[in-house]
Amino acid sequence: MDQKRNFLAATWEALAELARGFATTFIHLFRRPITEQYPEYKRPLPERSRARIILTRDPDGDERCVACYLCSAVCPVSCISMQSGEREDGRRFAHWFRINFARCIYCGLCEEACPTLAIQLTPNFETCQYDILTLVAEKEDLLVDHGGKNHDYNFYRYAGVIAVGGKGDHLQEAKPVDRQSNMP
Amino acid sequence: MTAWIIGFIILLAKLGLVLVGLLLLAAYLVFAERKLLARLQIRLGPNRAGPFGLMQPLADAVKLLTKEDVVPNKADRLIFLFAPAVVAATALLIFAVVPFGQGWTIGNHQIPMVVADLNVGLLYVLALSSIGVYGVALGGWASNSKYALLGGIRGAAQMISYELSLGLALVPVVMLAGSFSMVEIVAAQSRYPFLLVQPLAFFIFFVSAVAETKRIPFDLPEAENELVAGYHTEYSGMRFGLFFLGEYVTMVVLGSLVAVFFLGGWQGPLLPPLVWFFLKVLAVVFFMIWMRGTLPRLRYDQLMHLGWKLLVPLALLNIVVTGGVMLLLRA
Repeated sequence: MDQKRNFLAATWEALAELARGFATTFIHLFRRPITEQYPEYKRPLPERSRARIILTRDPDGDERCVACYLCSAVCPVSCISMQSGEREDGRRFAHWFRINFARCIYCGLCEEACPTLAIQLTPNFETCQYDILTLVAEKEDLLVDHGGKNHDYNFYRYAGVIAVGGKGDHLQEAKPVDRQSNMP
Repeated sequence: MTAWIIGFIILLAKLGLVLVGLLLLAAYLVFAERKLLARLQIRLGPNRAGPFGLMQPLADAVKLLTKEDVVPNKADRLIFLFAPAVVAATALLIFAVVPFGQGWTIGNHQIPMVVADLNVGLLYVLALSSIGVYGVALGGWASNSKYALLGGIRGAAQMISYELSLGLALVPVVMLAGSFSMVEIVAAQSRYPFLLVQPLAFFIFFVSAVAETKRIPFDLPEAENELVAGYHTEYSGMRFGLFFLGEYVTMVVLGSLVAVFFLGGWQGPLLPPLVWFFLKVLAVVFFMIWMRGTLPRLRYDQLMHLGWKLLVPLALLNIVVTGGVMLLLRA
């Protein structure tokens, strides 16, 4: 008798739970879809999302890149290549600079390695092409006319060029310490 | 002679209409299912091809027809090529005996709204759904693939098991209607649909029929997270399309069978018979899609347990009780 009641109770419980499940899905039928319609609506991505790479310029409009090869060296898929050169004023630059986006894995290591904040990743991820060869970007494709994530930074104000003034005249450089007055 | 020719032309016209209607309905059922399922999961579903995505079935058909038709190495070629046709053809053929409206009388011609009013229509339905098993089992076997074979074996076991309760659930209906003919079964429900007097038979029939169509929660033959795609893993292009078509035509046919056996077929107040029939079919189909959005897949032992230990005994009991009550009422 007890067993029979258990069976009936279990059956009733199963049916009730089944009905609850059906009710839940039915309610969802009238909920607003949460789909974002991609080409019409583009979700604003965080500023630091890692997608297409750019080469930025410093506030004076000069290229930031000093062709130090650090990005090329750190790149795990070796998709960055360049040829360095030196301007008459002693400033280094890249003769040519090439990123193969067909290989790039958007890891952002180049951006981390860059001492001059020249190479930066942007949230622009729509880089699809039908022909794989068109994914190879040259310097003129990569170079933009703004400072990217940090507009004010200028590496050459701090380093990389021959100092013109005397010691302690450079930007943010401390005055030389007079060792006579520095005695314990 | 002229009467014969006119009858033949009318038959051909009906055949064409039913075939086109059925295929169109099946194609848009795929679309409706994708849309509804999406809304059940608070998504949008297909909405790109044409307004509201209404051209999606067309796009799907074009895609399937232009795809490569791959036959695997060492597959049993003849059976492999033949199996999808069995599934699609049996599904389409079942609809031949389904009455979808009241007969028309034009002049002295009586045009019944059914392709063929067989006096053993119900047996014909059961026989054809049995043949459908062959398409699944042979398709799985001929593919020369483990997944397809497993799916085919599961399909055969499941469909044969549930055929039993499917047939037994219909016995009380035949007892009440006193006929195997689908037209007369509908006519017998002129006062009340059999659902009211046979809710248990309705439940058993519906569950077994969903199992026969291999839909969630009984989709073990094609369980995608275990068997890739089950018995049609190796099929591509329009041959896969035929399996797909067969499945959705079976859905429509199942909806119309439930409507004919338990919901009173085309009969209903106010609206024209064809509309009533259509509405009933769509209601059943909607419930099946809703079920797909709600229930998880059964385990294999649960499936066999439900079929053999619950549905078959219940169906037998239902027959005995129905017979007893009928005897009592007659006495």
